[in-house]
Amino acid sequence: MTNSLLAAFVVILRRDLTLALRTRSEIANPLLFFVIVISLFPLAVSPEPKVLQTLAPGVIWVAALLATMLSLDSIFRSDFEDGALEQMLLSPHSTSILVLAKVLAHWLVTGVPLILLSPLLGVLLNLPTEAMPALLATLALGTPVLSLVGAIGVALTVGLRRGGVLLSLLVLPLYIPVLIFASNAIATAGAGLEIRGQLYFLAALLALALTLSPFATAAALRISLR
Amino acid sequence: MKPANAPAREGLEVRNLSCSREDRQLFSDLDFSLKPGMALQIEGPNGSGKTTLLRILCGLRLADEGSIYWNSLDTLEHRSEYLAELAYIGHNHGVKGELTPLENLRVARALGGGQGGLGEDEALEKVGLFGFEDVPSRTLSAGQRRRVALARLLINPVPLWILDEPFTAIDIQGQSQIEAMITHHVLDGGMAVLTSHHPLDLSADHLSSVNLAS
Repeated sequence: MTNSLLAAFVVILRRDLTLALRTRSEIANPLLFFVIVISLFPLAVSPEPKVLQTLAPGVIWVAALLATMLSLDSIFRSDFEDGALEQMLLSPHSTSILVLAKVLAHWLVTGVPLILLSPLLGVLLNLPTEAMPALLATLALGTPVLSLVGAIGVALTVGLRRGGVLLSLLVLPLYIPVLIFASNAIATAGAGLEIRGQLYFLAALLALALTLSPFATAAALRISLR
Repeated sequence: MKPANAPAREGLEVRNLSCSREDRQLFSDLDFSLKPGMALQIEGPNGSGKTTLLRILCGLRLADEGSIYWNSLDTLEHRSEYLAELAYIGHNHGVKGELTPLENLRVARALGGGQGGLGEDEALEKVGLFGFEDVPSRTLSAGQRRRVALARLLINPVPLWILDEPFTAIDIQGQSQIEAMITHHVLDGGMAVLTSHHPLDLSADHLSSVNLAS
């Protein structure tokens, strides 16, 4: 049983990655949004390096958060509409594990490209070099939390016709701690100070989300399909 | 006929099932059972709750009242054992348009409970999709996509098939193929619950029906 559960996890992960690659807009849209928002800031606010430097941590994280929110719906929407989600819930395998595979696929498709691109955007906003590792570390710890927590919200709203606004209302408050600790860590690192505390906190949030969110998401999906 | 408290040793048994939707009683006190080697046809006009009943049977929806037993165990308490033995093909059959029929079936095999069914290619050939293995499913017709969904029944052999209008959008020749598939499954000791207006070619001792209109 454990072997076939692992096989199911891998198959769902591969299925979702294949689907994302075949409908490329799913990958491109959030990434494009991320790049556009950040590159507009120097034009709109001020090209002054000092100003940009103070804005950079917050701007990058707000853009990453909104880009993730834009892409959340794709985790379950199409599967809900064509009945594939029913088949997943009717599988004898644990729904939470299958959900975890879908969330991991979502993070690989939306979170990882953001992380890879972020140093470039950091340079654009004149982020000090000392803050770069902090930027990468907070995104690496924080974006999986966004996907995991977002999945609960999508699972709850996928059955509603206009769940978009409700989704933001449900999910945004839960994103705030990540936003605060992550942008604070980057700013602190830029000032040359220790950021271990913030990183530990983000890691704790990740551990919490990783262990609890799949169960909550699976339960929410069952309610949505009723 | 049946003992008052012990549910049937083998097969599906439904007791006192009631369900209402938006203040409208769809059905109440529904009792029926299904033994190996039997097919159950659910009849009733549109909107009488056929699909809802099927969704309740496979546990996607909860009934207002009543219980469902599988091999004498309550299906709510023994959910994963029950799910390992049933296959459901609903109105939305869950065939992904961006994946090829072959990829769709591979996913179904990994998700499903049965072991040792037909290979993916063989199953597709059985439902008349030879030569369509590697085209994106969205380019197939509605009937062909439904055939891909029905091919899932062949790769994960499970005793209980729950089929919602399995013949929709399928041509005459395909209908007899699918019918043969269901008949074979039932005569082989399997069970099938289906909603369909299409008469099945099974003798009375292999076929029962429930009418939701009454």
